[in-house]
Amino acid sequence: MAKKEIKKNRIPVPERPAEERIKDFNEVKLGYTPELAMEEAKRCIQCPTQPCVEGCPVRVPIPQFIKLIAEGKFVEAARKIKEENILPSICGRVCPQENQCEGVCVVGKIGDPVAIGALEAFAGDYEAKVGIEKPQKDEPTGKKVAVVGSGPGGITCAADLAKLGHSVTIFEALHEPGGVLIYGIPEFRLPNEIVYRELEILKDLGVKIKLNYVIGKTKTLEELREEFDAVFIASGAGLPYMLKIEGLNLNGVYAANEFLTRVNLMGASRFPDYDTPVYVGKKVAVIGGGNTAMDVARTAKRLKGVEEVYIVYRRSEAEMPARVEEVHHAKEEGVIFKTLTNPVKFIGKDGWVVGMECVRMELSEPDESGRRRPVPIEGSNFVLDVDTVVLAIGQGPNPIVMEGVDGLEVGKWGQIVVDPETCKTSLEGVFAGGDVIHGGSTVIQAMGDARKAAAAIHEYLLEK
Amino acid sequence: MYKIVRKQELAENVDEFVIEAPDIARKAKPGQFVIVRISRKGERIPLTIAEKDPEEGTITLMVQRVGKTTFHLSCFEEGHVIPDVVGPLGKPTHIEKWGHVVCVGGGLGLAPIHHIAQGVKEAGNRITTVMGFRSKDLIFWEDKMKAISDRVIVTTNDGSYGMKGLVTDGIQKLIDEGEKIDMVITAGPVPMMKAVAGLTKKYNIPTVASLNPIMVDGTGMCGACRVTVGGEIKFACVDGPEFDAHRVDFDELMNRLRMFKSLEGEALKEFQKKHCGCGRE
Ligand SMILES: Cc1cc2nc3c(=O)[nH]c(=O)nc-3n(C[C@H](O)[C@H](O)[C@H](O)COP(=O)(O)OP(=O)(O)OC[C@H]3O[C@@H](n4cnc5c(N)ncnc54)[C@H](O)[C@@H]3O)c2cc1C
Ligand SMILES: Cc1cc2nc3c(=O)[nH]c(=O)nc-3n(C[C@H](O)[C@H](O)[C@H](O)COP(=O)(O)OP(=O)(O)OC[C@H]3O[C@@H](n4cnc5c(N)ncnc54)[C@H](O)[C@@H]3O)c2cc1C
Ligand code: SF4
Ligand code: SF4
Ligand code: FES
Ligand SMILES: [Mg+2]
Repeated sequence: MAKKEIKKNRIPVPERPAEERIKDFNEVKLGYTPELAMEEAKRCIQCPTQPCVEGCPVRVPIPQFIKLIAEGKFVEAARKIKEENILPSICGRVCPQENQCEGVCVVGKIGDPVAIGALEAFAGDYEAKVGIEKPQKDEPTGKKVAVVGSGPGGITCAADLAKLGHSVTIFEALHEPGGVLIYGIPEFRLPNEIVYRELEILKDLGVKIKLNYVIGKTKTLEELREEFDAVFIASGAGLPYMLKIEGLNLNGVYAANEFLTRVNLMGASRFPDYDTPVYVGKKVAVIGGGNTAMDVARTAKRLKGVEEVYIVYRRSEAEMPARVEEVHHAKEEGVIFKTLTNPVKFIGKDGWVVGMECVRMELSEPDESGRRRPVPIEGSNFVLDVDTVVLAIGQGPNPIVMEGVDGLEVGKWGQIVVDPETCKTSLEGVFAGGDVIHGGSTVIQAMGDARKAAAAIHEYLLEK
Repeated sequence: MYKIVRKQELAENVDEFVIEAPDIARKAKPGQFVIVRISRKGERIPLTIAEKDPEEGTITLMVQRVGKTTFHLSCFEEGHVIPDVVGPLGKPTHIEKWGHVVCVGGGLGLAPIHHIAQGVKEAGNRITTVMGFRSKDLIFWEDKMKAISDRVIVTTNDGSYGMKGLVTDGIQKLIDEGEKIDMVITAGPVPMMKAVAGLTKKYNIPTVASLNPIMVDGTGMCGACRVTVGGEIKFACVDGPEFDAHRVDFDELMNRLRMFKSLEGEALKEFQKKHCGCGRE
């Protein structure tokens, strides 16, 4: 085989300039045009080992779909992806590709890896424009499955099982389906329209969605087990961790979930047209270094009256768990990074936060785990002048779904313990996946779990 | 969709709604609440389940008009539907056979107090209800409370009905009469609950207060409803809403309740511009 020359640089995805995009919540990335997509697709050398596929938790047939794009067969490309991943427009936008498919792409060894994510989003968006194919369904099996939670985990498991002919009902606590995709990830990164569009597949498959339904409250898990032949729990990790330092309950101090829910789910950026308010002052500090912290910072940047936004993170930028692209976008948009900095106290006046005392940190020698632990530098305390603070220091599984249940094995951080091969819990007929078993992970990980669980549930139902 | 099957104005600015919500009615226990969203652009607000009828499949909510959402809700009539009602949320009241229980409700605090008193009564307790209002024309549900209480004391600030004074004067009266009180359960405006807690602490009477912080999801997800109890942070929507009143930081709660005050005022003004001015259509 004649060696083709490899193009080292990827075709950049067109984006709106930072000055323009911080004035609204519209999407930052404009996405590839068909011409650009075909050009980028040609950078894939269709290498025989295809490490990219291994790097994707749901094993999207990457070289195949990219080849179809290179040939201009965009709809076929989307359908190829959907054989393994029903949410291409979402995953293409939010997967941390640098740690997954793109992280191991062969082309990446000599230049930029192929833009697998951007191509995936392109294919998904293209198919949606020309009309999404209705999914096929097997003959009804007469078996009933309940799914708790309508985030990416719940959606994926429900779709897989419905395709296999099972009758599926999703129970969702909030008034809208989508989980973190709707209430957490902001619209400038993932427009709600796209989530609604990709959720259409559930309607096409006849999946019932019961909104405003809290399992553990409106119905217990035990009742679900009596009513249904199997249960899949994908209730996420919606329990925010709090930084237990002085002044936590001052006005102006939020947990990221509250801040993002007000803006993304409740429409607070359009207040008073929408009823839910969000208070922000002029100077906002966001504590944390993950995707959530970046989302909060960039959201704050877009709210009326906000002048300065800080990311306050106790390690250095290299250790930040956020996607590289988010950090880059945040910087472009003028977010100020205060790394190696840790808050020790929120300072209040008349019940409102007016400042945050911080201490500078340094990284110690690596410990057994290989991580360099941040340690405070004595006497380096200083006060950051802020009037709004948002904590984005992580979250764990919400225990509400387990209320009143005996015999469900739960781990140290409240995560549901499962068999990693089948996602089976310690309760007969109950499976779990996504953030509720990992305590905070990724969209595609939740989908990967869900597909595994769906296969195991199918097998379980046939044997039952 | 949750249909309003009956609606009635109970007193000035207070409406009672009976709402079709069979799954919630089946599960609701004293002390629990729902979260309601009344329109596509609406906010989520918590309201106590004041009564339930599992046979009819309904729950009763009592709503005091104080701002945009509650004024808007008061425009809803029989037959209208509320798009979103979720519940029952919160921990049910912890109920034991204590002996003599004094239930203390101020204004809208009667919503939780009524349901709680029913449960406390069923557990075989003797009940005295102390219900406080600003004046006579604001009184509601006296008959309902009489039906489940062994004794009812009504207080009005201006003395236009019942005993002149505050609910704390009602409790003091019981204490002065030599009544043994085994438990006090209170719900209402924060300053009232704080005063009740202050009084009962002096006499060492165990007291539980039903707190009403700002909530968004009501399932422990957002952290908006955090309160300090005995120096610890609690999420009222899942750890409460009832807590040991002697350990609650009421001043902090009062402060947190005003976090969105100026924006809420703006929202109500906007709403009233579009409606007839009184806030009702
Ligand atoms: C702000 C933010 C940004 C993120 N950015 C990224 C990113 O860029 N890329 C990425 O890959 N990942 C990202 N993540 C992580 C990712 O969103 C999650 O890993 C993923 O959504 C987990 O999916 P899930 O289905 O397990 O749960 P979730 O998406 O959390 O959905 C769980 C659903 O269950 C519902 N529920 C909970 N309890 C109950 C109950 N008792 N009864 C009924 N319903 C219940 C919840 O309301 C929710 O809708 C981000 C997370 C956050 C918070
Ligand atoms: C557990 C619980 C049970 C409640 N039960 C009842 C009840 O049975 N009947 C009743 O009339 N009221 C009840 N409330 C209070 C009710 O939720 C508020 O009066 C209502 O949210 C005000 O909304 P608004 O838009 O009309 O007024 P706004 O002008 O927006 O607010 C007026 C004041 O109400 C409080 N408030 C505003 N938004 C919220 C919110 N999302 N959650 C909680 N408080 C808020 C704030 O202190 C605010 O200053 C309860 C509150 C809680 C937490
Ligand atoms: S789903 Fe995510 S990890 Fe898999 S190929 Fe697509 S972008 Fe990569
Ligand atoms: S690893 Fe890279 S070059 Fe190889 S098939 Fe995958 S995308 Fe193409
Ligand atoms: S209301 Fe969100 S955690 Fe309680
Ligand atoms: Mg309001």
